[in-house]
Amino acid sequence: MLYCSIKETTHTVTLIPGDGIGPELLNHVRELFRFSCVPLDFEVVNINSSITSEDDINNAITAIRRNGVALKGNLETNHTLPPSHKSRNNVLRYTGLDLYANVMRCQSLPGVQTRHKNIDIIIIRENTEGEYSSLEHESVPGVVESLKIITRNNSLRIADYAFQLAREKGRRRVTAVHKANIMKLADGLFLQCCREVASGYPDIAFDSMIVDNTTMQLVSKPHQFDVMVMPNLYGNVVSNVCAGLVGGPGLVPGANYGHNYAVFETATRNTGKSIAGRNIANPTAMLLASCLMLDHLKLHDYASMIRNAVFATMNESLLHTPDIGGQGTTSEMVQSVMRNIKSSGPLTTEL
Amino acid sequence: MEFWIIFLNVKQQCKIHLGLGENTFEMFNKGYEIKSLILGNFFAFQVHTVTLIPGDGIGPEISTAVMKIFEAAKVPIQWEERNVTAIKGPGGKWMIPPEAKESMDRSKIGLKGPLKTPIAAGHPSMNLLLRKTFDLYANVRPCVSIEGYKTPYTDVDLVTIRENTEGEYSGIEHVIVDGVVQSIKLITEQASRRIAEYAFEYARNNQRSSVTAVHKANIMRMSDGLFLRKCREVAENYKDVKFTEMYLDTVCLNMVQDPTQFDVLVMPNLYGDILSDLCAGLIGGLGVTPSGNIGANGVAIFESVHGTAPDIAGKDLANPTALLLSAVMMLRHMGLHADAKKIETACYDTIRDKKVLTKDLGGNSKCSEFTTEICRRVQDMD
Repeated sequence: MLYCSIKETTHTVTLIPGDGIGPELLNHVRELFRFSCVPLDFEVVNINSSITSEDDINNAITAIRRNGVALKGNLETNHTLPPSHKSRNNVLRYTGLDLYANVMRCQSLPGVQTRHKNIDIIIIRENTEGEYSSLEHESVPGVVESLKIITRNNSLRIADYAFQLAREKGRRRVTAVHKANIMKLADGLFLQCCREVASGYPDIAFDSMIVDNTTMQLVSKPHQFDVMVMPNLYGNVVSNVCAGLVGGPGLVPGANYGHNYAVFETATRNTGKSIAGRNIANPTAMLLASCLMLDHLKLHDYASMIRNAVFATMNESLLHTPDIGGQGTTSEMVQSVMRNIKSSGPLTTEL
Repeated sequence: MEFWIIFLNVKQQCKIHLGLGENTFEMFNKGYEIKSLILGNFFAFQVHTVTLIPGDGIGPEISTAVMKIFEAAKVPIQWEERNVTAIKGPGGKWMIPPEAKESMDRSKIGLKGPLKTPIAAGHPSMNLLLRKTFDLYANVRPCVSIEGYKTPYTDVDLVTIRENTEGEYSGIEHVIVDGVVQSIKLITEQASRRIAEYAFEYARNNQRSSVTAVHKANIMRMSDGLFLRKCREVAENYKDVKFTEMYLDTVCLNMVQDPTQFDVLVMPNLYGDILSDLCAGLIGGLGVTPSGNIGANGVAIFESVHGTAPDIAGKDLANPTALLLSAVMMLRHMGLHADAKKIETACYDTIRDKKVLTKDLGGNSKCSEFTTEICRRVQDMD
């Protein structure tokens, strides 16, 4: 272990282990941070997703509000429970914290075999409304209505976020994904808001594409895409397609940003129930998510150090976990990351 | 195979002719009492009428290509060409021309090329109008990798079955207040049960081993929950077919990594729209993907789902593969499996050979040359 001398102020972030592979992966993150002397304290908040009481989730929201930042595993949703028992992940995201932008960068990683190479797409998904409003009712027995809500405010907000991010990262084009030919009012409003915002960013090209064509283009010519912005459900579909293109759920980190808070997790939000506790889960997505968190906290040196170590580990195919075709274990991968960090030269003094 | 038993009571010596049109066979009765005749595959002698809707843009030329190939293969089909451009009926309501409706109601089977919707004010989407007129509730797309047309994905062999009447495409939208819009997704027990039943029947009739219901019931608990429940109920009556459920996002994630794990997929409208196009992308796009729409009252319309391609219309450059494969799907639906296999094989062999390919498939042959090549192969098979 590296010997640490504490020079920087320690931040506190909320840690929500979640279900499935969440707890074990987050333990590895903590282990890695301790090893690397990252000046971070974790406040662990457990949420039991099987009980219906709201106390757990409210505690979590309070903790995140206090700390401003959280790292979380996915919470399982039992969809056989009645509709009043909403998805805990969603409650966290919008009800409590208004985390309106879900950002995912799908980047081909070195050493990972995929059908398409050199993909680098940023997906910005509106995270609070759309089809995820959970407003449903059974008007007549056997007839159910589910409401999709699109508002001008949220559409402008997410479009603005997308263009700002594109500009910040030196990206050249933003594509809005929609189905306005069928949902003329709802997606029509979204598209119109994107166009309005686009006119304020003449340095960035703007175009739009219908969602079904988008998925078809993604599997045949993914390199045409740069930055994509879209409402909630299409965001769900497109992020999963893109994650699959670069190698799967074990590799891609995700971030949820609001004006005041940020929550980091794996991009495709899988609980990984079937592989939990078997030491075969791929820690890459969660490790990279923790790097996004470090960047957000302006701890850029630590973020780069860990990220580079992860990429170096990915290059060794013998260490690959089963999801990307290898036979390695989670702990072996994490050990390798730690070795790479050590050999890259410590940030703190070593005795 | 259909067998007909005809009872005759003929005692004298005579010749008996049986058949329709050109297909006849004769028997010589030598004076024995013929109590019964068993005719195997009588269905093959019957000439079927199919309503052909050539469509717009490249529609007419690819329809001609299909007709040529069918003629070369001697398929017992008689085409009835009809135009479905909407007209305003009495009362001002848009409808398809009565001749077209009458033909389809009679023949029950249709083959359709791409349609363009005129930009006239208030003109409805042609496809939507057809769907409503014939209650085309199931959209079926078999996606099979085409040997010889390489994509990054090999060994794809799945079928997407999409509920085509309700869901997110109900078209019910409102402006609640300025800047807040609501779009209604409608899921009904009846439509969900109907599509689930179709999916399981299809699986059984086409020797498919599993049906997967695709949903987002974790988020849309009531609507997708209802859909899922109906699928589960129908699954109980089809124990010979394996039934699984999967979240839409998981399907997308897994589909682009390993599409071979999927067989038959059944889902509501929007997910079906997205997934069927995703799967078409895996095998090479809309130019090579067949599609069929199944309606109530036994009506079925098979169609190519690509656009009208106005820029190449009339230039003999179009690729008729999508319409041809849809016509093959139609033949299978009608029970004409031998003819279907023959034409499909000729088409796949031509593509695999790579000598005569249209531009979109990577060659530089004309549509007519591609068609002639397939006709030649079909005739060689006889």
